[in-house]
Amino acid sequence: MIAAARCVVARDLLLALRRRSDVATALLFFVIVASLFPLGIGAEPNLLRAIAPGVIWVAALLSSMLSLGRLFAADHADGTLEQMLLGAAPAGVVAAAKVLAHWLVSGLPLVAIAPLIALQYDLPAPLYGTLVLSLLLGTPVLSLIGAVGAALTLGLRGGGVLLSLLVLPLYVPVLIFGAGSVDMAAAGLSPQGQLQLLAAMLVASAAFAPWAIAAALRISTE
Amino acid sequence: MSATIKWYWFASPQSFFPLAGTIARVCWLGAALLAAGGLYVGFFVAPTDAQQGEAYRIIFIHVPAAWMSMFLYLVMASWAAIGLALNTRLSGMMASAIAPTGALFTFIALWTGALWGRPTWGAYWVWDARLTSELVLLFLYLGFMALQAAIDDPRRADRAGALLAIVGVVNVPIIYYSVQWWNTLHQGASVSLTRAPSMASTMLAGMLLMALAFWLYSIAAALTRVRCIILERE
Amino acid sequence: MLEAADLECERGGRSLFRGLSFAVSGGELLRVAGANGSGKTSLLRILCGLLSPDAGEVRWHGAPIHGLREEYARQLVYLGHAPAVKDDLTAGENLSIACTLAGLAASPQAAREALARFGLPAGEIPVRRLSQGQRRRAALARLLLSGTVPLWLLDEPFAALDASAARLAEELIASHVAGGGAVVYTTHQEANIRAGVLRVVELG
Repeated sequence: MIAAARCVVARDLLLALRRRSDVATALLFFVIVASLFPLGIGAEPNLLRAIAPGVIWVAALLSSMLSLGRLFAADHADGTLEQMLLGAAPAGVVAAAKVLAHWLVSGLPLVAIAPLIALQYDLPAPLYGTLVLSLLLGTPVLSLIGAVGAALTLGLRGGGVLLSLLVLPLYVPVLIFGAGSVDMAAAGLSPQGQLQLLAAMLVASAAFAPWAIAAALRISTE
Repeated sequence: MSATIKWYWFASPQSFFPLAGTIARVCWLGAALLAAGGLYVGFFVAPTDAQQGEAYRIIFIHVPAAWMSMFLYLVMASWAAIGLALNTRLSGMMASAIAPTGALFTFIALWTGALWGRPTWGAYWVWDARLTSELVLLFLYLGFMALQAAIDDPRRADRAGALLAIVGVVNVPIIYYSVQWWNTLHQGASVSLTRAPSMASTMLAGMLLMALAFWLYSIAAALTRVRCIILERE
Repeated sequence: MLEAADLECERGGRSLFRGLSFAVSGGELLRVAGANGSGKTSLLRILCGLLSPDAGEVRWHGAPIHGLREEYARQLVYLGHAPAVKDDLTAGENLSIACTLAGLAASPQAAREALARFGLPAGEIPVRRLSQGQRRRAALARLLLSGTVPLWLLDEPFAALDASAARLAEELIASHVAGGGAVVYTTHQEANIRAGVLRVVELG
């Protein structure tokens, strides 16, 4: 079982390596969206500092959602997804492994780049830690929940937009607590509560989402 | 033993069809009567509120609609879960039938909430916690309907929608709690738009009558829709 | 070994088959015949568990496959219409991944030999640059490493193959059956596989 999981993660990372442009475009999207807000709202420093956590979080959320299309679609199209469902490892383990690989490629880089965006918004230095931690805890949750939506909308027309409609309402709590934790820190209060809630959501989704994803994959490949 | 057999017999769409029609007719009538009663109480019998004047009367539609929107999502998710677990066709059809009515009540709650907000707080939309949760609930309903509409195969549509509904119902309390917290963080202790003035018993009676009316309406609408779905598919 | 009881399948509002029952034991070959659209692929997918039948059940050694999941999946190899290879990986990488995921131990040496026997370079060429026929061969190479897997479910195994590859595929199937395995395959061509007991299920 572990061998199969390791194999799936390695395979997906190898595939991402050979298709670097796909990965890079999602990251570029993150940077571009975050850069659009000052252009739309105005570059008043106090305003930017106030909206920075929310903007960074929304941009991360949208970028994460965009990259979900890549999660299962390619495997579904060339028949390898079926083979994975017929493999020796439980479908839930395979699903979790794929989501992990997806997060390593699409989520973790966002966490790494976020401080640069925060710099653009002149976020006060002490808040960087909370921002990065909230993203580190939150982006895997986004990947896990999003994967359920991606599995349900496999092969459907209207794919990407439909996926957004399904998944964005479910993203609301992660967004609220993620951006909220940084806002709390900005107000001088402790963000511990929100970060702990994010951690709890991570644990809960890591435990339950893989089985929902596996069930959705089976429904979609019938 | 005979009760179990009777139950399973109704689980077949063909057998359920005529029964649904009868129940629907009764419920349409009941809904109309209760609605008339509830509206009469709400608009004529209940006293004028000291602070909000006549405008508050809209809660007789707004609050029951909000209750129904949440209740119907729960019912929809339950039918969906039954359909997934027992692999019955009718359960999936019931879930699909309830969704549009649930979405309608959510929309009514949002609309009446906005209408209430204007005279009371000066703006149509104030990002009140309850209204924001209702908005997210509306998106959940629309997502469910959109997913089912996008899938051609009815069986896959039912099962995919069911999974989505179950995931949604688990998330609804989390969403509600997070929006509540978000509201306190950003708006301080502003008075909740949807907190009704302290209830005179007539007001409570009016709201309960309307709630019952909406409930019977929902049953009637869902059953009528299920009959259409059965006709379409079988 | 494998038993199908009263299978019923409905796709797109049409009933494909109803009340279908048959059994396959070790050393037997089952050919599913029928015109295009008669439900051959659906039947195979029902047999491997990817699709649930509208009625009836499939049993493996007496137990319904619905409850068996991975244990049953380990006992079978399913090759569907799509070659199930990733375009961006080489044939060798694809083969070793497929074997690992199926729970089969396959050394790189064995993988190279299997590919060589099908006339494929294991080398550094991504599958994207191979022809359709070569891709099918890359997929079939997996069979050479699946000798220990009792049940083979093959959907149109001879499609897009040239004569020599088709002969090799026939030999593989024959030797698997001779060794006690069971093979269920669909085709709308006449195939000459001389081995074991041949049964035919005609659909449509």
